[in-house]
Amino acid sequence: MNDQEGNNPERSGAGSGTEYNPPEGELAKVKRGLRSLTGGWRNCDTTGMPVCLDSQFFIRWNAIFAVIFLLIGGIAAILLALTRWETFNLLRTDLFYRVLTLHGLNMLIFWILFFEVAILYFASTTLLNAKLFSRKVGWVSFVLMVVGALMVNWIIFAGEADVLKTSYLPLLAHPAFYLGIILVAVGTLVAVFNFFATVYVARRDRTYEGSVPLVTFGAIAAAIIAVVTLLHGAVAMIPTFTYSMGWTGEPDPLWYRLVWWGLGHQSQQVNVAAMVAVWYMVATLTTGAKPLNETVCRGAFVLYILFINVASAHHLLVEPGMSSTWKIWNTSYVMYLAVLASMVHGFTVPASVEVSMRAKGHVAGIFGWLTAAPWRNPAFSAVVLSLVIFGFIGGITGVTLGTQQINIIAHNTLRIPGHFHATVVGGTTLAFMGLAYYVVPLFFRRDFLWRPLARIQPWIFAGGITLMSFGMSFAGSMGVARRTSDIAPAEEAYGPVVHFFLAMLGIGGVLAVLGLLLFVVLVVATILFGPSNAGRPMKCWGKPAELGANAKATHGRSGDHYTPGTIVLVGIFLAAFVVYYFANWSALADVWPVR
Amino acid sequence: MSLESLKGNWLQAPKGAEKVWIGIALAWCLVLFLMMPYWHLFGQQNTSGETYRVSPEAFEARVNEFVEANRVGDHNGVPLVEPPPGGDAFLLGRMWQWYPVLKLRAGETYRLHLSATDIQHGFSLQPLNMNFRAIPGYDYVLTITPKEPGEYTIVCNEFCGVGHHMMVGKLIVE
Repeated sequence: MNDQEGNNPERSGAGSGTEYNPPEGELAKVKRGLRSLTGGWRNCDTTGMPVCLDSQFFIRWNAIFAVIFLLIGGIAAILLALTRWETFNLLRTDLFYRVLTLHGLNMLIFWILFFEVAILYFASTTLLNAKLFSRKVGWVSFVLMVVGALMVNWIIFAGEADVLKTSYLPLLAHPAFYLGIILVAVGTLVAVFNFFATVYVARRDRTYEGSVPLVTFGAIAAAIIAVVTLLHGAVAMIPTFTYSMGWTGEPDPLWYRLVWWGLGHQSQQVNVAAMVAVWYMVATLTTGAKPLNETVCRGAFVLYILFINVASAHHLLVEPGMSSTWKIWNTSYVMYLAVLASMVHGFTVPASVEVSMRAKGHVAGIFGWLTAAPWRNPAFSAVVLSLVIFGFIGGITGVTLGTQQINIIAHNTLRIPGHFHATVVGGTTLAFMGLAYYVVPLFFRRDFLWRPLARIQPWIFAGGITLMSFGMSFAGSMGVARRTSDIAPAEEAYGPVVHFFLAMLGIGGVLAVLGLLLFVVLVVATILFGPSNAGRPMKCWGKPAELGANAKATHGRSGDHYTPGTIVLVGIFLAAFVVYYFANWSALADVWPVR
Repeated sequence: MSLESLKGNWLQAPKGAEKVWIGIALAWCLVLFLMMPYWHLFGQQNTSGETYRVSPEAFEARVNEFVEANRVGDHNGVPLVEPPPGGDAFLLGRMWQWYPVLKLRAGETYRLHLSATDIQHGFSLQPLNMNFRAIPGYDYVLTITPKEPGEYTIVCNEFCGVGHHMMVGKLIVE
């Protein structure tokens, strides 16, 4: 792309937003429209950052499709919750598995991938003061992804792919199911290529000074993991597609599991990296937080890139075929170095917020900075809840259930969805929802309607997911299987108490979907009917007050590395982790000896 | 801030609480890691993964041979089979049945051969909540020692078609 094109103004300091006066009037609007055809720029009216209009176009459309798939997955979710809530047992058996397949693919693959592509385009253009490498490549990617995702949805609705998201061989779906997934994967790879090309050109043309921003660094980590992930997907899906067409023989079911989880689990690690990047981004946008030590934050992302790739083993711990050495080494992400990375981010994100809040004068006691935080800002509350749910529920259960031997008392029970709904829904999805409270005003240039509802939306969603995750985990501890339409035939073995936890699952699920629907309604209504903020800064969600120097002197301390509140929080986290982990070893010791 | 590029040399060693936390987290990660080999040495519940390749037809033939040789009765229409203590026991998962019903003795050790002949199934022993996978083409040998007598339920916990939730078997320990 020609870098001389367009009028790229010098980037003014982020956050100032007033130094650049955007053009006004009808003529300017027409000009802006023309520029968008030739790959022009605008300057953000809120942050002063440059926005590549090509990039903005794809950010908008990827976000729109992400929300459409989120809605499909959400409608499926409410039906599933009301089926597993045994009192209702809503769906007929065959429909339950169809809806479960629909839910898994739309939520775990389509909603998240489309949103992540939007994040990649943002992180490689606006943050690097650069233009999107190619509009054409962007179109190729977008069309492939949309066609693939629609194809998968269509074939599931047609009842030709009741194989669940994992489609374990020898179960076989219609070829269109595999082809659709392959198209989505190839489309995503093309988008990742566009991202890397953009970063490369930005670096070559020196559009930014020094090293890329931390959020872009996190996006690069996510993109690298995505490449490895999508290649696994190709290796698993292409032979399965050719088999379903009758062209080649049947792939080995165990080999399929190994390679498929190279796609299935790793794609969740892409989400982790992207989610952490969003944590840092929202912490900065809402409280002005600055990482304490960039080396540490970036080092933790590097640990993700190096060690998170082996997590396929989590799903093969009670399988025939692999040696214990292989299982231990791989399930532990090579001695838990990727877990270390998450524990580091879990410290640095709240610590950066604490330092920033203390610097504004909120120094009272240990948690004065936290109570004074901008809780009325839905992006802030969403990210705090995301961090807490991801760490305390998702992270702790994930490491514990992914322990080779403990997996015996967890594998394929409801404990597993209890875990991953806390990581990918309470963690990633909630963080992305939080970011959307900035994406819509900044990239669609419309201020949110019904702001009081937006402020409570993250709480409803987080409350529902937490309740559901607890219900699933407890029911699973009592043995209740995941992926089962009705437990009646096995009810006696589980005992009556499971009904209480299945009801908890159901109520939590319904509540979470209400939070999700509220999110979708807010976003769609705002994009269609929200008041335009073009030409002025977005309406502020609420900023932390600046107390000035006096408060600091009289009440307490602040400093670049003074974080007592965060120390207490991570201490509570570690204690919960230790207790849960050893309680599980203790439960394991009660079952029959096996080797 | 996290949205701006970094000028100059940003490499610096962690300090203060951050440094201490990294140290504690690393130590905890090593504990997590070492617990697994530790349990292999001193714990009793491990999945060592003794596995043999076997065609579904060959496995089914071995199961039938085993049932004929050791059958002691019927349990709801499924053969009730008592393997010799210390010997081999066979269990087959298929749509939508666990076959046969095994009768084991508490305190004795058995080599339980687990496999599937059509698609993948999940062996979930309730109410103990012990879970293993049955995969066609693989003979998975679990050396188990039942502890308490009783009638146990084997639930299938891997999706295997519309009859999946009905796939409930029994295992009896005396």
